[in-house]
Amino acid sequence: MLLEVRQLSKSFGALRATDRVDLDVEDGETLAIIGPNGAGKTTLIGQLAGNLRPDAGAIRFAGENITRLPAPRRARKGFARSFQITSVFPEFTALENVALAIQAHQGSSFRFWRPAMRDPALMDPARDFLRQVGLESRAHAFAANLSHGEHRQLEVAMALAGRPRLLLLDEPMAGMGIDESLRMIELLRTLKRRQAMILVEHDMDAVFRLADRIAVLVYGRVIATGSPEEIRTNAEVKKAYLGEDA
Amino acid sequence: MRNAVFWAIAIAALAALPPVAQALGQGFYIDLVRRIMIFAIAAVSLNLILGYGGMVSFGHAAYLGVGGYAVAIFAFYGVNSGPLQWAVAIGASALVALAIGAVSIRTSGLYFIMITLAFTQMLYYLGISIEEYGGDDGIRLKSRSQFPLLDLNDGVQFYYVILVLLLGCVYLVHRIVNSRFGMALRAAKSNEARALAIGFSPYRYRLTAFVIAGAMGGLSGALLVNHTNFLTPDYMHWTRSGEIMFMVILGGMGTSVGPVLGSFALLLLEDILANWRDPRWIGEHWQVILGPLLVLAVIFFRRGLAGLFQKNDAS
Repeated sequence: MLLEVRQLSKSFGALRATDRVDLDVEDGETLAIIGPNGAGKTTLIGQLAGNLRPDAGAIRFAGENITRLPAPRRARKGFARSFQITSVFPEFTALENVALAIQAHQGSSFRFWRPAMRDPALMDPARDFLRQVGLESRAHAFAANLSHGEHRQLEVAMALAGRPRLLLLDEPMAGMGIDESLRMIELLRTLKRRQAMILVEHDMDAVFRLADRIAVLVYGRVIATGSPEEIRTNAEVKKAYLGEDA
Repeated sequence: MRNAVFWAIAIAALAALPPVAQALGQGFYIDLVRRIMIFAIAAVSLNLILGYGGMVSFGHAAYLGVGGYAVAIFAFYGVNSGPLQWAVAIGASALVALAIGAVSIRTSGLYFIMITLAFTQMLYYLGISIEEYGGDDGIRLKSRSQFPLLDLNDGVQFYYVILVLLLGCVYLVHRIVNSRFGMALRAAKSNEARALAIGFSPYRYRLTAFVIAGAMGGLSGALLVNHTNFLTPDYMHWTRSGEIMFMVILGGMGTSVGPVLGSFALLLLEDILANWRDPRWIGEHWQVILGPLLVLAVIFFRRGLAGLFQKNDAS
């Protein structure tokens, strides 16, 4: 098992935002986490990514307990994330953004003399990742000047650049138009199997097309886990969640 | 490209200044530009952490002071070896920067500003309290640092030493900020959450940059005490820190030409206004003129004076 989450709990005062959550993700598998607003998805992601400390429970990644490991160390172990709200380096070009992610992955940046942006060990793979997400024509545009859809593509390229074993995607379709969403779904489909993915997403179309398994989170608890078919027909899920908008 | 043109002109002009000034009988300008270039080194070093690292250090005068005291204390005991004095000035400043940085870089924003200021004020009062080395009154440098083949008492030789060191510091910072280290440092400034998420631990890079900047600040302190032949705790006064910060902001943060332009603009303006004789009140109350001018400069040159040279850059 690549990722094992056991009895993870986190409270804010009286609110149990994460309530004894168990999750498993296998190598190469795509797990979607869905749930109504306020179900505790953001809190759960924060703990998985290492930005929030759980009150109790354990997170094991590739056989190692990472519950107390800070975010940068998790990233270097192959645990990459994208953000719900676009998060890139706006003053850098698209190419430089990806090169930065590669550089971080390659380890220590205590090299003071050679210009990083003329280093083929960074630039060649950076161009390659931009091509994979379909952004090569915008390589030299400043990230601040990219469109919303392009930002999301860039984020995926940056996540891939860390050669992750697990990709944590926090609402990758948020704020996208229909065309952009479809393109993003296609892109993520081509990336499936290359690494495991955790997909947190409101777009049910994307979830059912991409996920191998789905976990349903309600009031901080996982009320059901199963294949897309099982989740579609699960009575409890229908009542708690899908029933609201479908 | 514009940067290359700027530096070609600047280097030519600075190299030509001493013979021209002497030919015109205006040797005073050699002295003035020497002083400006010393402050430019301090501004270049502050720019590394402020402009590229996003660390608003309000205590950069501390390193001027530590560098200055290192030289002056050696000289006080009759040890005048330049290489030794300057090496200790640089090393001691780096150590002080390591101590200050290790604590202050754990904070950010306003707290960072206040902590760096507080540490520098501590050093300032330490300087005042040590009677042995002149306390409040300061201490006269009996002899300038002595180097083989060089004579710092020769104003022109000293001038060229400073010019070479300034250019060396500018080039060093240029290499650093474009290296992998510099990319990591600038990325952490640009978007810290993102930098953490891709696996950078900003603290180490920030602290290292802080120490490099401190060491470079110590060098300018060693130069300054040789230039003035006199050291007082005022080297470390907070207004001095503010002045250096202003040079960086006025010139343009995060650019290679900015801190140099800023030091020349600020100190030349200061000199012109302070020596104004007609009407007399300007020379007597020059700060009243300088203040509003600086405010206007900051309002109209958003990206500093360097923005004038780099108008066409995308941003």
